[in-house]
Amino acid sequence: MKYIDEYRDGRLAKDIARQISEEVRPDVNYHFMEFCGGHTHAISRYGLEDLLPENVRMIHGPGCPVCVLPIGRLDAAIALAQRPEVTLCTYGDLMRVPGSNGSSLLKAKAAGADIRMVYSTLDALRIAEAEPHREVVFFAIGFETTTPPTALALRAAIDKGLENFSIYCNHVLTPAAIQTILASPEVAKLGTVKVDGFIGPAHVSTVIGTEPYDEFAENFRKPVVVAGFEPLDVIQAILMLVRQINEGRYVVENQYIRAVKPGGNRKAQAEVAEFFEQRESFEWRGLGDVPQGALRLREEYSHYDAEKRFGLVTPASKDNPACDCGAILRGVKRPTDCKLFGTACTPDTPMGSCMVSSEGACAAHWTYGRFREHAKTKEIERSVA
Amino acid sequence: MNIAVVKPTRRKLDLRNGRVDLSHGAGGRAMGQLIEDIFHTAFDNDWLRAGNDQSAFAVPAGRMVMTTDGYVVSPLFFPGGNIGSLAVHGTINDVAMSGAKPLYLSASFIIEEGFPLGDLAKIADTMGAASREAGVPIITGDTKVVERGKADGVFISTAGVGILPEGIDMRSNAARPGDCVIVSGSIGDHGVAVMSKRENLEFDTDILSDTASLHTLTAAMVAVGGPSIRLMRDPTRGGIAATLNEIAHQSSVGFRIDEEKIPLKPEVAAACEFLGLDPLNVANEGKLVAIVAPEAADAVLAAMLAHPLGQEAAMIGHVVEDPHCFVQMETSFGGGRIVDWLSGEQLPRIC
Repeated sequence: MKYIDEYRDGRLAKDIARQISEEVRPDVNYHFMEFCGGHTHAISRYGLEDLLPENVRMIHGPGCPVCVLPIGRLDAAIALAQRPEVTLCTYGDLMRVPGSNGSSLLKAKAAGADIRMVYSTLDALRIAEAEPHREVVFFAIGFETTTPPTALALRAAIDKGLENFSIYCNHVLTPAAIQTILASPEVAKLGTVKVDGFIGPAHVSTVIGTEPYDEFAENFRKPVVVAGFEPLDVIQAILMLVRQINEGRYVVENQYIRAVKPGGNRKAQAEVAEFFEQRESFEWRGLGDVPQGALRLREEYSHYDAEKRFGLVTPASKDNPACDCGAILRGVKRPTDCKLFGTACTPDTPMGSCMVSSEGACAAHWTYGRFREHAKTKEIERSVA
Repeated sequence: MNIAVVKPTRRKLDLRNGRVDLSHGAGGRAMGQLIEDIFHTAFDNDWLRAGNDQSAFAVPAGRMVMTTDGYVVSPLFFPGGNIGSLAVHGTINDVAMSGAKPLYLSASFIIEEGFPLGDLAKIADTMGAASREAGVPIITGDTKVVERGKADGVFISTAGVGILPEGIDMRSNAARPGDCVIVSGSIGDHGVAVMSKRENLEFDTDILSDTASLHTLTAAMVAVGGPSIRLMRDPTRGGIAATLNEIAHQSSVGFRIDEEKIPLKPEVAAACEFLGLDPLNVANEGKLVAIVAPEAADAVLAAMLAHPLGQEAAMIGHVVEDPHCFVQMETSFGGGRIVDWLSGEQLPRIC
């Protein structure tokens, strides 16, 4: 724990916060997007906003794997789990995500579908080994961080000659998503979303390195600071972004040097490349179709590809029209802008995916930060009185 | 004429390899033997020896409390205890949190066919030892056996009765702005100990469950605090986060607590870190949270610190006026945040 406590030191945080306050220009508003849900969670859980000056605003990005899974893909997984021969293995986070017509994996499980919560791909593999008569499907989601374990599970399945194991692949790619956000009309043309810089992913970058961000930092002239998920990492990254803006620079910097190398983890990359290839396009909830936004299994491994093995089709499912998850994932709206936030939609009765995962912007704000609105209202009431 | 009474040989229960079968719940001799050899031996007292379906006891003057609780923990055995210790401690604590002195317990067992007799004896022995140590006898009980697959090993239900001291009337809506929040020791130990033995999740830790009867601690507190102790709770499922939120809503108040003051073992913090859990949401089985009027808080805290089960007690915050009933926490990082209930069932069957 000592290793972690060092990155949560309140006194150091106050020092960095003071430097940020001293260095921000009063006439400039700074808008930074933290791409990852891990950062969103750290910001909310440690109350980091309280340490930042008023003109530094954090915009929560789409980097929450559960949040960006389109409803159609979830509906397809639920339909798959309802087949009598199938055992669907999934991470616990996905169980409560609402699908179409009030469905969810949790409800499908209660109705008799064989859905099992696992902690890793290897747990799914063990189930496949122990129960050779079941068709065991691993519901694979996540960014570049979770793809290498899926690749390893595939390799193990092949080595063991497991014929009853397959993957429903929903692994998505981070740089493509950041590119899409920057090229979106709201950011690029309309200016409705101001993003002056990015806090780049932590764990994702341990795999892919910092190089993949160089291109859009240059093209879109936006600074990127790759940062760890501890609160001191985040606040230090904010200081580094403020400095780049003040100095008119827009390069990729690495705050997370204790874990991230420029080239990333080549071995993991090679393992992923062996089994996966880029999809031409993939729907992200909130962002729509993202070119090269996800991975699929290579043709030669189609035997392990649940989409092919079971002839899965992704139904054209629509989000609840009142739910603003899409706009929130693009940074166009804040959680509190959504009519459902805190009324019909809470972590106990989530309507949208951003309220389900603890990394989702809505869940993080509801769970840790919702006192802020009331505190502000109180202040206004007091000043009016 | 001399008629010889031939007694059939009574074979001893095979505690080494034997298993519970449906005959142990069928009301015949096998059931009688199970109750006699395992439960009566372990809980031994005059009431059980009398062999009635109920037990009579003298009722002291004054107000009594009664509580009941079911135990379904998985796994049944965990570092620091087993389902039997929980079934005794948990119910004693539910009585004690009212400020009452626990007097008697009942115990009811639902056992799955095939459950090892040796494990059942171990659990019963633990219960007997816990109840003797607490001075709260188990005076009546029941046994049922269900078919394999219809339960998970053994489920235990215990009820408890106790007597309230004169003038003590704790209520869940009694917290007032300005009151102090005291916790009796380090949080999250039980939940982490149980999780460390969960299938698919096993990890090495030295953490033991904190399972304990708290009635002597509460008695020491009530002796110095009396009615200035507004209410007490044992933060089991959902941890102190759930307890404080419950009290906030029942009393229509808010809380301000300070993360740095909450006692937390480094090993528990580390385990929570890699499991992605907040220790504030993790279950305890031998801790209490007390809401105490400010003028009595120091004396109550001192009484707790002087008791073996309260040596790490700490004042962690206070009650504030808040129509939204938020539990707010100053983080050790320096920012503020809400401490919320846990959503969904992250940790099923923790007690």
